[in-house]
Amino acid sequence: MRLAALSLVLLAQPVLANKVFISNEKGNDITVLDSETLEVIATFPAGNRPRGITISPDGKELYVCASDDDTVRVFETDTYTETHTLPSGPDPELFVLHPSGNPLYIANEDDNLVTVVDVQSHRMLAEVPVGVEPEGMAISPDGAFVVNTSETTNMAHFIDTATSEIVANVLVDQRPRYAQFTADGKLLFITAEIGGTVAVVDVATKKVIHKIGFAIPGVLPEAIQPVGLKITRDGSRIYVALGPANRVAVIDGASFEVLDYLLVGQRVWQLAFTPDERLLFTTNGNSNDVSVIDVAAGEVIRSVPVGQQPWGIVVAPN
Amino acid sequence: MRIIAAISLLGLLAPALAEADTLIRAAVLRVDVAGLPPISRLDLAPSDLGLAGARLGTEDNATTGTFMGQIFETADFVATPDTAAAALEKALAGGASFVVILADDATTLALADLAGDRALILNAGARGDGLRGADCRGNVVHVAPSHAMLADALAQFLVWKKWDSWFLILGSHPPDIDLAQAFRTSATKFGAEIVEERVYEDTGGARRTDTGHVQVQKQMPVFTQGAEDHDVLIAADEVGIFAEYLPFQTWDARPVAGSAGLVPRTWHPALEAWGATQFQNRFEAMAGRPMREEDYQAWLAIRIIGEAATRTQSGDPATLRNHILSPEFEVAGFKGQKLTIRDWDHQLRQPILLTTGALTVTVSPQDAFLHRVSQLDTLGRDRPETECSFP
Repeated sequence: MRLAALSLVLLAQPVLANKVFISNEKGNDITVLDSETLEVIATFPAGNRPRGITISPDGKELYVCASDDDTVRVFETDTYTETHTLPSGPDPELFVLHPSGNPLYIANEDDNLVTVVDVQSHRMLAEVPVGVEPEGMAISPDGAFVVNTSETTNMAHFIDTATSEIVANVLVDQRPRYAQFTADGKLLFITAEIGGTVAVVDVATKKVIHKIGFAIPGVLPEAIQPVGLKITRDGSRIYVALGPANRVAVIDGASFEVLDYLLVGQRVWQLAFTPDERLLFTTNGNSNDVSVIDVAAGEVIRSVPVGQQPWGIVVAPN
Repeated sequence: MRIIAAISLLGLLAPALAEADTLIRAAVLRVDVAGLPPISRLDLAPSDLGLAGARLGTEDNATTGTFMGQIFETADFVATPDTAAAALEKALAGGASFVVILADDATTLALADLAGDRALILNAGARGDGLRGADCRGNVVHVAPSHAMLADALAQFLVWKKWDSWFLILGSHPPDIDLAQAFRTSATKFGAEIVEERVYEDTGGARRTDTGHVQVQKQMPVFTQGAEDHDVLIAADEVGIFAEYLPFQTWDARPVAGSAGLVPRTWHPALEAWGATQFQNRFEAMAGRPMREEDYQAWLAIRIIGEAATRTQSGDPATLRNHILSPEFEVAGFKGQKLTIRDWDHQLRQPILLTTGALTVTVSPQDAFLHRVSQLDTLGRDRPETECSFP
């Protein structure tokens, strides 16, 4: 009897709910969504101008770049209380956590530096000089390379994580903003906001092997500004947020052809999958909402109002 | 002591030197004309006006250069109209293949002709339409906006507001007359009407008197009294003689735009969109003051050289020049879209900010004005209208 009841509960809830954390750049707070009900379950203050946001692999610690406070704030994901800050260097915007959960690699836009911070000892481990206005940060799945994109230098810098030295520079189009490796570590995708393209870099040779362009009927080419990007774990689909074009492009991971443009909210910035990749969330900076994409159906199924000027987004792994 | 310094210098340069560095030489030449101080002391020109922007551009290029094996040098020159030619010769003798010039129309033209094929001139100051029209030169790229672009940027917004009935007041100096003509052309182009024009004669005189605003408060209402019904007063005062006195001193309760009030500009120190905040921070940390238009334009001119060097992976002046003047050239300038160069008059396409003292009110081109090639070509002289023909 008890067993039956239990399995009934399991049947009724085949999908686990995850917390979705959204940084509201202007609202100076974090909105927490439930990935199943898509309801806002909490909002908590996060310092001045929160942008980059990420979470520890165990799902316990939330890291937020409080850009105007020149620090990274760390919160408990269950209580939403701030436990400590990390030294970030000035104006931290985006960062990436080592797959092991430590260290944290932070782009400091004002100082042309990537700062490496130990999240356990809260100490700065290294500073790596990079190009002008470092922004996008990506780490290879094996943790060997951190990639930083510099917006005015227009390069992706490959940094050896063992030596904290740049080992290669790849020139891409104007204003590279975001980068991500495929799960197999073979390809690196880099968005160029002003160039209007996505560069596909072969990681072995560190050469651009393809450039993805975009064209949307009725949308001015200047409005197509690729920013956030996410790749499915199997590498079959790439999703690119196109900024003021208010669309997310769906790209085939094998042919690099654009398959579809999904209409989302205004000024779409960043993207995040649920761990099961069933849903993809987008932050829409000008319409103050999050669009929810059903990945399998390729449809936008909901828009959820969040705080003022949502920017970054991360989904808890558990 | 000397040896230690040499070693540490070598240590710093070592990674770049390994690839046999290329040196790319530029110069920035500002030509100052003696004149009255500006109406507001807030507008007093800093001694490093424009030069500071070029310095930041050179630093930005140098940072990128460390990854490319390229070194960037920019020599600074400040001259008067009388010494400008000698300063240019000195810059060219020093090896500069690119010269950023901040000067008035006539001096810019004279210097461009003097340079001939010895250098590519990047005009970061002069805004006259003639320089992009009948007096255009193949060795000049205009980073500064033209009067036509500025007037069109303002006209688009005013027409969108349905404030399409204009009272134009122009100054008596040649640049004022050039700017006023740009407003007339813009009115026709976008369907506004100039219902009345008046000329404000510059009669000279000191600016800093203890009677201050008292006379202004009496003179400006009288000067603007009895104008035809209008929505907005447009001031064409390139020289800066009277426009700043107009807001709130007009006879009719009408907003002022043009050279005061709502002013079209390439840059404003309060701009925060498109990543501009970090750019403003970098400039202010370096120069110790907010960035002005002249600085932005000089920065952009130097970045154009750097961008060409990065993309072509070359330091050869002819290669860089060919790339800058090719359809492939594009550069980012914190304006939310790529900036390119018009092949018919070498004018840089760029969005124009419409600003008040404290903020950016809007940015043109306005959404409603479309263009079959580039929306930016709704600002300024389009290909079919140009009077420029390069030899």
